[in-house]
Parts: sequence; C-alpha cells; structure tokens
Amino acid sequence: MKPHETISAAIRGAKARGEPALVAYLTAGFPSRDSFKQHVQTIAAAADVVEIGVPFTDPMADGVTIQRASQAALAQGVSLRWILEQLTAMPRCKAPLVLMSYLNPLLAFGPQALAQSAVQAGVAGFIVPDLPFDESAEMRAALDSQGLALVQMVTPVTRPRRLEEICASSQGFVYAVTMTGTTGKSVAVPAEVTRYLDTVRSRSPVPVCAGFGIRGREQLELLQDHVDGVVIGSALVEVLERGGDPVRWLLDLRGTEAR
Amino acid sequence: MSASNDPIADLISGRFPDARGRFGPFGGRYVPETLIPALERLEQGVREHLHTSAFQQELALELSSWAGRPTALTFAGRLSALWGADIWLKREDLAHTGAHKINNAMGQALLARRLGAKRIVAETGAGQHGVASAAACARLGLPCTVYMGAVDMERQAPNVYRMRLMGATVVPVTSGDRTLRSAIDEAMRDWVSDPLETYYLLGSALGPHPYPYLVRELQSVIGREARAQILERRGTLPDAVIACVGGGSNSIGAFHPFVADRAVELIGIEAGGRGMGLGDNSATLSCGRPGVLHGTYSMLLQDENGQIQETHSVSAGLDYPGVGPEHALLAATGRSRYETASDAEALAAVRALCECEGILPALESAHALAGARRWAASHAGRTVLVCLSGRGDKDMPTLQQTLLAPPHGT
Repeated sequence: MKPHETISAAIRGAKARGEPALVAYLTAGFPSRDSFKQHVQTIAAAADVVEIGVPFTDPMADGVTIQRASQAALAQGVSLRWILEQLTAMPRCKAPLVLMSYLNPLLAFGPQALAQSAVQAGVAGFIVPDLPFDESAEMRAALDSQGLALVQMVTPVTRPRRLEEICASSQGFVYAVTMTGTTGKSVAVPAEVTRYLDTVRSRSPVPVCAGFGIRGREQLELLQDHVDGVVIGSALVEVLERGGDPVRWLLDLRGTEAR
Repeated sequence: MSASNDPIADLISGRFPDARGRFGPFGGRYVPETLIPALERLEQGVREHLHTSAFQQELALELSSWAGRPTALTFAGRLSALWGADIWLKREDLAHTGAHKINNAMGQALLARRLGAKRIVAETGAGQHGVASAAACARLGLPCTVYMGAVDMERQAPNVYRMRLMGATVVPVTSGDRTLRSAIDEAMRDWVSDPLETYYLLGSALGPHPYPYLVRELQSVIGREARAQILERRGTLPDAVIACVGGGSNSIGAFHPFVADRAVELIGIEAGGRGMGLGDNSATLSCGRPGVLHGTYSMLLQDENGQIQETHSVSAGLDYPGVGPEHALLAATGRSRYETASDAEALAAVRALCECEGILPALESAHALAGARRWAASHAGRTVLVCLSGRGDKDMPTLQQTLLAPPHGT
C-alpha cells in the first residue's frame, strides 16, 4: 500500500465497523515539546488518523484555539524540521499520520525534500489549507512521487463542477468543511449540511471526512450517516490545553468505554 | 496571450497579470477554498465593470467632486535648494481623508455596491485605509468594519476617532504582532465567515488575485496625473520617481504609468527601521525571500523555517513583512530598485519638509523624501518626482515623542 492508501484504508476500516472514523488533530509541540511524542502515540491508539498541525505565525483559516496553540508551540521553537525529526525517531503508529500545514513553511523546506523527509518520518499525507486546487500542481507532483496524499478541501460554497474536479484529485480523503468560517466554532447540522455532505460523497472516489466546528457526540450522531469520518480539531486541543486525558475524551466521543 | 521574454513588456501590454493572476512568477491566489468563489466573483466583477465608461465616469465624479482630485503637483523650491536637485511633490496628502488610500477605497466601494455587497470589511495599519474605507462606506451607505492592530490603534489614535465618527466599527486586533499583518489575518477570518455577502476592501496592492491588479488600476491615477502635470509644467519627464513601499499601493500607483518610460528611474523606499537586523525593519524587497503570505507569492520577511518575521518601523503604514507581487517583479527585473530609509532619516525628512515648505508629511511619505534627499546628493541639478502619499496629522502621538520631545537632561 502506498502511504496515501493507508489513510483511505484506515477511514474505510472504521466505517466498516459501523462508526465514522475519527481524524484527531493536535498542534505539534502543544502544550509542550516534551509531551509531543507521547501525545501522538496515545491519540494514535484512540483515533483512526492523526492530524498533526505544523504551527504557523499567520494561521488565517484557524480560530482562537488553534491560533493560541500555534503561538505557544512557536514560542518553544517548534518547526517543521523538528516535527519530522521527532516522528522519525518514534516507533511507527498504527494510525496513519497526516501533517496539516500552511504553505509557507512547506515552501521554505522545499517540496522535494519535504516529500522525502515525510516518508522517512512515517507521514502519509498533507493538508494545506491555503493551497487551493488551482495552485497545487507542483506540491501535488512532489508528494505524489513518494506516494503521499495531498488532501483537498471542499466547502458548502464550492461550485458543483469544481467540487467534482477536487474530489477526483484528492487523495487519502476529501476534507469537507462543514461551514464558512474558521476552525473552533460549533457547527449546527441542519438538513442543508447533510445534503451537501451527501453530494460530496456521491462525487468522491475516496472517503469523505467532515471538519470545522465538530465538538461533541451530538454532532457526530447527526453527521454519521452522511460521512466516512469526522475531523476533531479545536475541541481536542482544548482538552490538551486544560490538561485533560485526550484518549478518554476521544472514547467518550465515540460512545465506547474501551476498545 | 502567452508571456514574452521581456516581463516589463508583458506588464506594459497588460499580459501581466496573466489568467492565473501572475506577474511572472509572483502573485497567484493562495487562499482557503471557502474564499475561491468570492474571488472568482470579484474577478468577474472587475472584468465586467472596472473599465466600462459608466463605472469610470461614476468613479471620476466621486474623485473630483468629493475626494478633491486631481491633487496638486508642488515644486518644492526651498527643499530643492537645500538638497541640490529639483524636487516635485505629488500631493496625495491633499486628497480627501489625507492620503492616496481614498482612490482605492472609493473605487472598490463603488465596485462592492455593484456586486451587491451587504457589508464591507477592511484592515488598516496607519489608519489611513481604514479612514478612507469608513468615509467611502458612509458616502455610499454601506456598513463598514475595520480591523486594526492594538499597537497601531495606540500610535494612530486620531484615525481611530475619525473612523468611529464616520460610523465604522473599529475592531482591535490583539492576536499575532498586533500591527497591520495581524489586522489582515483577522479581516480575512471575518471574510471567510461570510464570503457571499461581505466584501473585503483590501487596502494595498497585495493579497490574492485580483486584488494586486485592482488596487494598482485604482491607484494609477496618481502616476497618470503626475506624469501629465510635470510634462505640462516642465515639458519633460522627471529623471526619477520615488515613493515609499510598505505593501506598495501608492508606489505602484505612482510607478505604473512610468514603467514604459524606461529612461525614468523608479525607486521604492522601504522602512529601514532601526537597522538591517531581523525584526529591526520592514524592508521586504531589500532583505526578504520569496514565499506565500496573505494569498500571494511574493517577497517576504521570514526565517529559515518559513515563519513570518516581526517587523519594525516608526511608521505604522510601512510596518508589514510582505509586499505586492508587482513590486517583486519590478525588483527582480531591475526596472525599479529598492532602498531603505531609517526611522531617523524619515523623522529628519519630516522636519525638513515642515520647515522648508510648510507641509507636514505622513511618516510613511517621509521615507520617500529621505530617499529623495539621498538621490539628490548624487544627482545635483536633476529632477525627481516624489509621491507625497499622505499628511502627517495622524502621526502627532509619535512626533510628540520624537521630534517634539524635549532633549534629554532638561
């Protein structure tokens, strides 16, 4: 299996067990550098895919929680290079790892070098919120040369023809943003959101995960028949921020006491 | 149309920006997917309206009857005698609200109204774009929200009051470095929340396509007027055009109509701040490397990890770690060159213009004057056109602590 296929397989595997896959996000090096490897491993045991946020000074798609976490991580000297070194030195996780990064840190690293280092670190793909499909050819080619996914995002305002194009090119999964806005708010799940997700799923050859504003069990239940998985971001970062137990929280979210 | 081997010819002919919003390698559209439909709609609106005679007539009437255009071209006689070259000032400080920003703000507000926008958001650094946006929105009856860094709200306090008097909501930005760059981050977060009904009135010639093109087109009135005025007064073009560069809107507006006049030197002056160390200046083209910030691929002040650097300038309007993509191309081709002026040189230029000509320039514009002083020293008797982009009333809090502060020990 190529790295990007491990992501799709993990999501499909969870869905086959009758529950939406959990894609769990943490900002690398938050709340502390020392806890990073341990948090990745414990979260990887409870989630189906782990999304690791590379902190950036200007996270324009993110709300206050991830802004705060990013600043705290940067203040401790966390960089993309450091993250890849830590992951390389770590035992491989069962859950595939995806890096979420704004474009500029990736450009500074260099797309070719990035793809090679990422594979060595056991990373299976990337999510780049400020790299829309139209600008992504160079990055896609570099990642593709190592079998790495470039996960594309679609939103409720993406037009139909564009949606088809994006779904056809996305690897690993399609990241269906539930609402216009930044991360960390709480999304309502009216019928129009589930209809939109059904449309995305009908167009996508890879699994579809909903993200932005998913904070609890109630939203998960409303979404579960319309997605293959959900991305849990700010809510989980807040658990880490207050020193809570991320595994217990993720298990509660699934509605299972233990696995 | 395909690009030729001469990027400057492509700029002059209009082949740049190309269909992907590129000025050669620079520019593009690096934004979250949520904003793509809004930018496509804006691009279509620009194509359908901007160059129609109906829109141009509407804009021209506002600029002449409300904003006070054309602005004067002033020969600075005493300053010329002092500095040794003929110095002509394009007086954007005389435009309504006190700076060139009104040219863009009214142009985009008219466009926003045609596109059916329900509300306007804008960012501001020095407050000049915020005031211009607030004024244009008041005039057109559009609700206006302005994001402004908390640091800038303090040093440009008079402009905060002006915006509020004109009915705008001013939102202090306390995230990030609390200056212009954080204000743009926050304005984009607002826009991403309501991309269908909110119009983002970006204040400089940067950001995702089509903003760099749109803002340059609206600001080119500066260079067009100045070129005609100086030809009428002197009979020949100036040897050089000098303007300050933060994001680069007054400078691209001043330069663009002169780009085809290849004998005319184009010189941009960036904020040299306290010195050339990382974080001590805002001299993007002088010290930066290419990268992506706020939707465009251009030059950036960044560290080796691609993190954006904090900047410093005495002037809030130049205190920005990026620059518009058209400037990046002009710099890469050598058609323009870019130098720096320090905080101290800018402050000295404020004093010189006040004392010689009775004009209080904005701290931003004072950087252009400081560049002109240096140019004059090596071009005795030649002629330079300086874009005096704004007036300095807003800078009183800073001037009270610098030029007007009593000497130490008294």
